[in-house]
Amino acid sequence: MTIAAKANSLWEYANPRKFLATSERVLPFFWISAGLCLVIGLTWGFFFTPDDYKQGSTVKIIYLHVPAALMAVNCWLMMLATSLVWLVRRHHVSALAARAAAPIGIVMTLIALATGAIWGQPMWGTWWAWDPRLTSFLILFLFYLGYVALWEAIEDPDTAADLTSVLCLVGSVFAILSRYAVNFWNQGLHQGASVMRAGAVTGTDTEEKVSNIYFYPLLLCIIGFVLLFIALVFYRTGTEIRARRIKALLARERVNG
Amino acid sequence: MIALLLRDLKLAFRAGGGFGLGLAFFLIVTVLVPFSVGPQSSLLTTIAPGVLWLGALLACLLSLDRLLALDWEDGSLDLLATAPLPLEAVVTIKALAHWLTTGLPLVLAAPFLGVLLNLPVPGFSWLVISLLLGTPAMSVIGTFGAALTVGLKRGGLLLSLLVLPLYVPTLIFGAEVARRGATGMETQTPLLMLAGITAATVALLPFASAAVLRINLR
Repeated sequence: MTIAAKANSLWEYANPRKFLATSERVLPFFWISAGLCLVIGLTWGFFFTPDDYKQGSTVKIIYLHVPAALMAVNCWLMMLATSLVWLVRRHHVSALAARAAAPIGIVMTLIALATGAIWGQPMWGTWWAWDPRLTSFLILFLFYLGYVALWEAIEDPDTAADLTSVLCLVGSVFAILSRYAVNFWNQGLHQGASVMRAGAVTGTDTEEKVSNIYFYPLLLCIIGFVLLFIALVFYRTGTEIRARRIKALLARERVNG
Repeated sequence: MIALLLRDLKLAFRAGGGFGLGLAFFLIVTVLVPFSVGPQSSLLTTIAPGVLWLGALLACLLSLDRLLALDWEDGSLDLLATAPLPLEAVVTIKALAHWLTTGLPLVLAAPFLGVLLNLPVPGFSWLVISLLLGTPAMSVIGTFGAALTVGLKRGGLLLSLLVLPLYVPTLIFGAEVARRGATGMETQTPLLMLAGITAATVALLPFASAAVLRINLR
């Protein structure tokens, strides 16, 4: 492969130095735009949208709940993708990105569960119900915990990356299975998907959906959360790479000294 | 393969603790339940299928950390990995031995413990059928968890943290079969789902377990 062709390849970023250089250059952009989106979206959502005629002001928790829940699931998908890349192409940055993303996923899952509980208390009259969506989120949380615990438990970094990658693959299958199993097991209290639906956008279906007044600030918040997630993953992956480097330097020093 | 199976079975029977321990644990859990929720027989009837399923699941979990750890410690796992037998077959046999020494006795003991919890009469056959279908999946999934944590000093707690979420679908459908059977509802859908999960895990998960074991033996 010529150098010119290589320069356009995504795999170039498997080089930690290149990854660090690029991520450092784009990080400020992500931080600032994430901050802007979130500040504007949340201010708009909290102060400049009317109260819902049925739910009152509690509807506004949607601006945290929905983006956090979306990112909690997408974070696992990202870990799945990076795990696959690690298993297939053995790029260390990929494995470290999966490791860096997992705690963010845990926090997102917790935010979604907590805001849901805070909303559910006045609306459903209960903090918690064994609804399929709630339950599968709790199970997802357990999967995250197991994944992070396995990373922490194994000393050799390559073995840890391998094992957690396989766990991520197997776990994904079981997470999806669990999602459908709990669907079968209990009927839901949670509303269905009502933000992004083809019919809802074109207005062809008359089922409940999020009305436009709430939709635009929500969209902004979702974009903000996505940007924030990307920024956090870049930042944490950089930290992981540096930690790995320090360890290598220390090991070299021990050998030489 | 048969030699390996016989060896594992012999070890489980003769080494002591492995074989009877799961059963004793199952019995104790079942006895403790009425102490914690009260002795009303109507309440016990309602929760009996779920409690028995949960007890069997935990008893299965209890013996998982010995599944591969002993062979790891004395090095026979390395020998098995270099033997002409593929590692996938080894872990399948290990899972089968675990099922024969843990799962099957639990299935056989469950009806007697059902009596203790006032399980309704039609529930007995469904409980046995659902456990018979579900426990192989638990052994196979458990083998995967044991393979993941085999090299770790204190893998026991981590093993439960990893394996229990994987048990969720099996538990949901298995307990649903037992519950529906006990109340006289139709059981076909969850039964088929349970059988499907067991078939899929038995067919596919040994590959993942073997892959993980290879990484750990590297």
